[in-house]
Amino acid sequence: MTPPPKPTSSFPWLILPPAGVLIVLFGVPLLLVLAVSFASRGTYGGVEWALTFANYTSIADPLYLRIFWRSLWLAVATTAICLVMGFPLAYVIARAPKRWQGLLLFLVIIPFWTNFLVRTYAWMFILRTEGLLNQALLSAGLIHEPLNILFTDWAVLIGLVYGYLPFMVLPLYAALERLDRSLVEAAWDLYARPVQVFTKVVLPLSRPGVIAGCVLVFIPSLGAYVTPDLLGGARTMMVGNLIQHQYLVVRDWPFGSALSFVLMAGVLAAVLYYLRAGGARSLT
Amino acid sequence: MDDGGHSVELRGVTKRHGATVAVDRLSLAIRTGEFFSILGPSGSGKTTTLRLLAGFEQPDAGEIIIEGRHMEGVPPNRRPVNLVFQNYALFPHMTVAKNVAFGLEMQGLAEAEIGPRVAGALEMVRLAAKRDRLPSQLSGGEQQRVALARALVNRPAVLLLDEPLGALDKQLRLEMEVELKALQERVGITFVCVTHDQEEALTMSDRLAVMHHGKLLQVGTPEDIYTAPASAFVANFIGVSNSLSGRVEGIIGQHATVAVEGIGVIHAPAVPGVAAGTPVLVTVRPERLHLSRDEAHDGFQNHMPVRVAKAIYAGNETQYLLTLPNKHMWKARIPNADGAAKRFHAGESAYLKWRTAEAVLLPE
Repeated sequence: MTPPPKPTSSFPWLILPPAGVLIVLFGVPLLLVLAVSFASRGTYGGVEWALTFANYTSIADPLYLRIFWRSLWLAVATTAICLVMGFPLAYVIARAPKRWQGLLLFLVIIPFWTNFLVRTYAWMFILRTEGLLNQALLSAGLIHEPLNILFTDWAVLIGLVYGYLPFMVLPLYAALERLDRSLVEAAWDLYARPVQVFTKVVLPLSRPGVIAGCVLVFIPSLGAYVTPDLLGGARTMMVGNLIQHQYLVVRDWPFGSALSFVLMAGVLAAVLYYLRAGGARSLT
Repeated sequence: MDDGGHSVELRGVTKRHGATVAVDRLSLAIRTGEFFSILGPSGSGKTTTLRLLAGFEQPDAGEIIIEGRHMEGVPPNRRPVNLVFQNYALFPHMTVAKNVAFGLEMQGLAEAEIGPRVAGALEMVRLAAKRDRLPSQLSGGEQQRVALARALVNRPAVLLLDEPLGALDKQLRLEMEVELKALQERVGITFVCVTHDQEEALTMSDRLAVMHHGKLLQVGTPEDIYTAPASAFVANFIGVSNSLSGRVEGIIGQHATVAVEGIGVIHAPAVPGVAAGTPVLVTVRPERLHLSRDEAHDGFQNHMPVRVAKAIYAGNETQYLLTLPNKHMWKARIPNADGAAKRFHAGESAYLKWRTAEAVLLPE
């Protein structure tokens, strides 16, 4: 709970290199994309500079709206499942003896050591019809026909939860680790049953962690591209795949740019709404 | 308020933490309505004892009985006790009033009853005006009073206090000692207070227990323990005490003579269980000693030449560090009422004197 160190105002030039990198490599391209989104596609896939809103209006096509809708519910479901799975995990780690906490956190982070693509391919081996999951369930006698999971929304959901769970666990751990244990005991002593201890004390006091975790999982899930591409197959496209498709396959850069901006605006709106409604107070 | 009954009973309670025995076969009976303190240094097992009473830990052996009910397997939320935490453990996301109401709400009381009881509890600790503040907006002393109100509002049979004044500055602590005792008398609830501060324990308690290494060393009134400590540890812990080891030479009635190497014979009141030849510790409190330039006995049975190693002026008294003939260091606290002329300075020689009755003999 120590206050953050004061910004070293005597060395403002220290922020110049990162600021420069951000402006040149992020700000300028973003403006270019914004400009392109108001242009139109040339006959051979180039960009024709003529101011038009056609790219934005054509997003209203039910075909694209369905993809946005699927992306949204997959991102919301991923966030919810990560929260439900991540909270007990983070709680156990935060309450473990100090000497174990480092190791447990290390285990949470260790998947990052392997390339995300490789790990997603591994999930294909697990989920496919003759995969490990079906073999295990069949030999255990729990099912009689292999489940068809790969290349469905379920496979995408599993992949997203797997990929982003650590982003939920780490901020939750940080919040729970700071939670004074005597507050939990005080609630227990004051006649709260374990469920009430959780809802009245643990959950409200870990809210900054819940909010940070949800934002960190929701944003990348909404724009996810590798996971739905590999695990979802051609049938379950998310916005990320649609944008990639427009840029690289259809070569309609203006429409891809418009999709990117709508996605960004959507994420921004969702996060702002969430912070307003749920967490502005605890972030101050 | 003492109806002769026991509010809390511990029977042979043992609690291990890994390889260490935190509480070792502790048996203790705390009377209904008394202010009882458990005094001991850190690691003495006093806090573990409190946590066993609160129900956060379960004893490995023995039994705990509160208000006539066996507490085995009873979780903290179903025990008729409330704990005031050392760091107060106020819920930071709730206002003062919400904190105080928490226990009543968890018990499922009706709103109509919770309101007046919370108001009454805040009135009792004089914090009614700050009911809508957050704990972080209160001073340490105010937070402590909220913690008290939050526990007492539930009208527990026993209030447990863990180092209740430890986080307060000295001036506030002295005020709260008096206030806490007055509060206890007013509400008539049994208070069990854990502390490492002997002064606090002596001031507030009706009775107190001294613990060391998980064991109970002595139980009694503050006067019992101060004037007749049962062991050298208690004598030292309850207040800085001077001591000399020796061997009993002889006992005549109520009077014992003790031979101390390098000093000679010291007179002290005899105690049961001490016979000629027993190795003993003679202890004398610093404030019971007299210092003089005059060699005459003046009615003091004990008498020896000393050198002043250090003299510290402390307002109403001067504290001396004295070198005895056998090179032992003793402390003396002499009132300054007699004026500056009577004070001694470092390096001076003097005569140290005390009456037989001022010494306490402890078997070693």
